[in-house]
Amino acid sequence: MSSAAARIGVLASRVRFEEKNILTALERRGVACEQIDPRALSVQAGTSWNGPQTVLNREVGHYRALYAASALESAGVTVLNSAAATAVCGDKWQTSAALVARGLPTPETILALTPDAALEALEDLGYPAVIKPLVGSWGRLVTRVTDRAMGEAVLEHLAALPSPQSHIVYVQREIAKADRDIRVLVVGGRAVGATYRRSEDWRTNVARGAISERCPLEADLTTLAVAAADTVGACVAGVDLLEEPDGRLTVLEVNDRVEFRGLQSTYGTHLDVAETIAALMSEKAEAES
Amino acid sequence: MQETLIAPECPECDAAVPLGTDARVSEIVECPECRLELEIESVQPPRLLLAPEVEEDWGE
Repeated sequence: MSSAAARIGVLASRVRFEEKNILTALERRGVACEQIDPRALSVQAGTSWNGPQTVLNREVGHYRALYAASALESAGVTVLNSAAATAVCGDKWQTSAALVARGLPTPETILALTPDAALEALEDLGYPAVIKPLVGSWGRLVTRVTDRAMGEAVLEHLAALPSPQSHIVYVQREIAKADRDIRVLVVGGRAVGATYRRSEDWRTNVARGAISERCPLEADLTTLAVAAADTVGACVAGVDLLEEPDGRLTVLEVNDRVEFRGLQSTYGTHLDVAETIAALMSEKAEAES
Repeated sequence: MQETLIAPECPECDAAVPLGTDARVSEIVECPECRLELEIESVQPPRLLLAPEVEEDWGE
């Protein structure tokens, strides 16, 4: 699935609203581009790659995205976001550690190396607290723990899971949020759009039915989102912010292969997200040539 | 609405699944009858597959 003629590749096994619109925007700009299906991709380390030299990583599977980016980079390809950015964004602990090291606000987080140690971490943080899988998205398996008995039960389940990674437990203070969080889309170091995501569920993921509403791009919000994206090395990022009860903003996570269908529908004709990403990719490809 | 290009059969329920003229390989579409997610395997000739199941590490 490669062609020497295409200058830009879009790495994706699933062509959804986002990928389709990015490919269309690239074509509209007259850029030779192609979809690269990672299910058919293999790369020999250290050899040159006969496909596009600039690739946008839109693969939905984290591990496939991570290793495809790494493999393509080893063959000299420029990948957005980089494998390093995907490694940090795709792992909640790596993200928390990077944000803290940069001095950015983020909810207190403890990494417990065993389920037993996690019980102590829950006691330290106080209840309610949140246990999240290190790798995962769309709010899947994120668990709100309201007391010690519930903590013991959840951790017993984690201890019984076969994967060693499941026994490393990410525990976070719960932010008592109203009914919304904020998603800021950052492209090329600039915040281009933001939405409130409202939900009656305590998890405000659009994938769980949250409703998007346009959020004003105010300075505190854009500065923090751009700094968070920069911290993890992501050129294209969906930065999730929460508002503390006193109004201060805190960074929850950074998404490196951001979905933007909800944000796009909120902005209508006032913003073309796919075109903004296509423009950045064209710029990068131009710089590479 | 995109003009309909062709309507291949759903591999699950045989219903006609209309594809727009802008259909792309690997695009995910939904069967209007059984609501299953389908993947466009080929545009010319039009062929549909059942879309892969969501995996644990999928996301954004």
